[in-house]
This record gives sequence, C-alpha cells and structure tokens, in this order.
Amino acid sequence: MGHEETVYEALDSAHGGEGQWAFGTGFDEPLAGVDTTVPDGIDPADLGAYCLMLGDDALVLAQRLTQWVTAAPELEEEVAVANIALDLLGQARLLLARAGSVGVLGRSRDTATASIPDEDALAYFRDADEFRCTGLVAAPNGDFGQTMVRLLAAATTRLAVFARLRDSRDPVLAAIAAKGVAELTYHRDHAARWVLRLGDGTPESHRRAQAGADAVWPLLADAFTATDVEQRLVGAGVAADPAGTREEVVGVLTQVLDRATLRVPAWPADAPPRGRLGLHGAELAVLLAELQGLAREHPAATW
Amino acid sequence: MSDVTAEGGHGAVPTGPQVPVEDQPAVSRRDWPLYEVFVRGKRGLNHVHVGSLHAPDDEMAVHAARDLYTRRNEGVSIWVVRAADITASSPDEKDPMFAPSGDKVYRHPTFYEIPENVPHM
Repeated sequence: MGHEETVYEALDSAHGGEGQWAFGTGFDEPLAGVDTTVPDGIDPADLGAYCLMLGDDALVLAQRLTQWVTAAPELEEEVAVANIALDLLGQARLLLARAGSVGVLGRSRDTATASIPDEDALAYFRDADEFRCTGLVAAPNGDFGQTMVRLLAAATTRLAVFARLRDSRDPVLAAIAAKGVAELTYHRDHAARWVLRLGDGTPESHRRAQAGADAVWPLLADAFTATDVEQRLVGAGVAADPAGTREEVVGVLTQVLDRATLRVPAWPADAPPRGRLGLHGAELAVLLAELQGLAREHPAATW
Repeated sequence: MSDVTAEGGHGAVPTGPQVPVEDQPAVSRRDWPLYEVFVRGKRGLNHVHVGSLHAPDDEMAVHAARDLYTRRNEGVSIWVVRAADITASSPDEKDPMFAPSGDKVYRHPTFYEIPENVPHM
C-alpha cells in the first residue's frame, strides 16, 4: 500500500482488485445468507402483502424520481435525485424479495418465466391493480418544486414508519428498515433543503413551492389509515401503525414549511386506504408501462 | 491568449472570448458559484482535491459533493471552498517560486532508510 494510493484504488481493492467497482446485471441474490424463516404467530400472506406495500412505495417513487434524469434543472441535482431513486430501488428490491420469499407473488408468475427472480417478477410482471403503493408516490411529479415537496412528504412518512420497523418481529423486515433509516434521513434532508430554499427564495420559486404543497397535501389523506393487513400485523408486532406516525409527520412537515415561509395547507380528513388496496388512478398504469415495457418485451434480458 | 478564461476543476471548460461557445440559456448555471471539492478517503489521510461543482450556496455544495464525489463510498469527510476564494500561485512566477529548490537535494529525506513497517511515507 504505497503513498500514491487513491480513494479509487482503495475502493477497487475492496472489491477484489480487478479494476471494477461498478456493476451491471448479475447481482447476488438480495437475501442470500439471510434466514428467511417467518417467526411463529406471523401470517406469511400478511407479511408478504405488507412488504409489497412498502416495496411498491419505494419502486414507484424511484421511477418518478428517475423521470427527472436528463431533465433536472442542474447537473448536480440530477445526480442527487438519481442517487435517491437508487436508494429507493434498493429498498424495493429487498422488500419485494422478502414478499417473494414468503410466497406472495400475485399473478406475476403467470407471465414471468422461472429464471426471473421473485423481485423482478413482482416489479415487472404485475399490473397496476396488484400494486399496493399510496397515491402520494404514484402522483405525477409536477414541476421541480412540487417534486421536492412530494419527496419531503414521502420521505418523512416513510422514515417515521421505518424507524418503528427496526423493532419489527420479522428480523428481515427489521434489518431492511435499519438500513433504510439512514438513507431516508438523507432523502428527507435533501428535500427539506430545497423546500426551504424555494419557499424562501424568489417570488416565483415561492409561488411554485406553495402550489406544490397545495397539490401534495390532499395526497396525505390515507397516509395515516391502516389496512386490515397492517392492523393484524401491528397486533403481531410486525408492522408500524401509520396512525402512530401522525404526530411526527405533521410536526416535521409543519416545521419545514413554516421555516420556508410557506403556508401549511389544510390537512385532509382521514380517508380509507385506496392505493394500499390496489385502487389507483390512470397515472400509475402509464408509469408502469414505462417501467415494465422493456422487461416484458425481452424477458430475462441481461446486459 | 492571456485573456482566455476557463472554469472547471482543471480549467476544463473554456469560456473566454476567443473560444466559440453556444449561447447561454436565459438562466445560466454560472449564476451559481463554482466550488472546489476536497475529499478525505479514510482516517489518517489528507483531504485531496477531487473536482469541482456548481451550487447555490455553501451547504448545498457540501450536499452535492456527497452525491457527486462520494457515492461509491470514497470518503469520510468533505471540504468545499469557493473557487473564487482560493489564492493561487501564478504560472508566470513559476521560476522564482519553485526553481530555487531544484538543486537542494539535502532537503529531501532520501538519505534515511525507511523501516518496512512505516506506512504512508
């Protein structure tokens, strides 16, 4: 190890010293080496359904953020948004793999061939009605201000849930949550920085950020309402009760908007779950067509 | 050629009058100041210049540096400094600045044997 060692050389040696530390396809199994046994007293079907909810939120928000790539306002911001999307994609991959490991695959195996891993089958071969993401992440991006307000709301709610899931009785879910908390803290921080700067920036940036908040807030109507699956899993010590995150989420969002000199929009009345039950607007089908088109055209393709 | 100017970490982006450049968009990214980025790879090493970026302010510059220069786990610490705040030696002064040390070999610690187990020397 000479004094001329660079950070890149160090990174290369950490990856086997073959001059490669960026990878295409051919990843390891996401849950390789992990004990995926479901603890006693937990319904595997419920656990899988819950992992789909959390995984689909991450997958769909990652796809929304990816839509900014080549179109972001600045190159630096484009990389930042892509990094956040990749973090979320990683969370989605683990959560969908967990769902697959307990046999929750929906109708994806009707079309996905056996060589396609569970998480890819779930991501690419389910139709919109089988997705369990919320309307908050499925909604279109709007402008950059609205995108950042939505990211702030989504990261704040998800972080509140993940922080609680670190104590989940499912050890796999607890480990995924522990890893995700650091990522989501960064996502929330990044979005909050932009909301502060746009809200307290120029008259035009303030106007757009306020319009973004007004568009995003109604999407929080079912953010604090548990589905039957979640309620059963809360009882089993597996899931986080969304109702229990309300105080934290409202507190954080109010604080950021106040400091950004934005008016906090009226909080929507609690509504029964929609997205979590597979009820989505047409915008999700459009998003999925883009997300899934290549995988369905060329199943099991590698590059 | 002395009034050719450039920006970017290594003067990579020519911006001077003799260089044909495309029309800038109405809101130029040059509204954002240029920052130079220094990353420390691991404890015990120095911060090393890794590149530059544009950011609206100091905090966002650190933030962007994290995403641009440490996304593959390269660093444990980041410094950013506005490029405009760096005072550099001038190429015209190269000889008076550096030539006098060229023949003073006794300033180099090459007459010592370095023990095998001393790293980073």
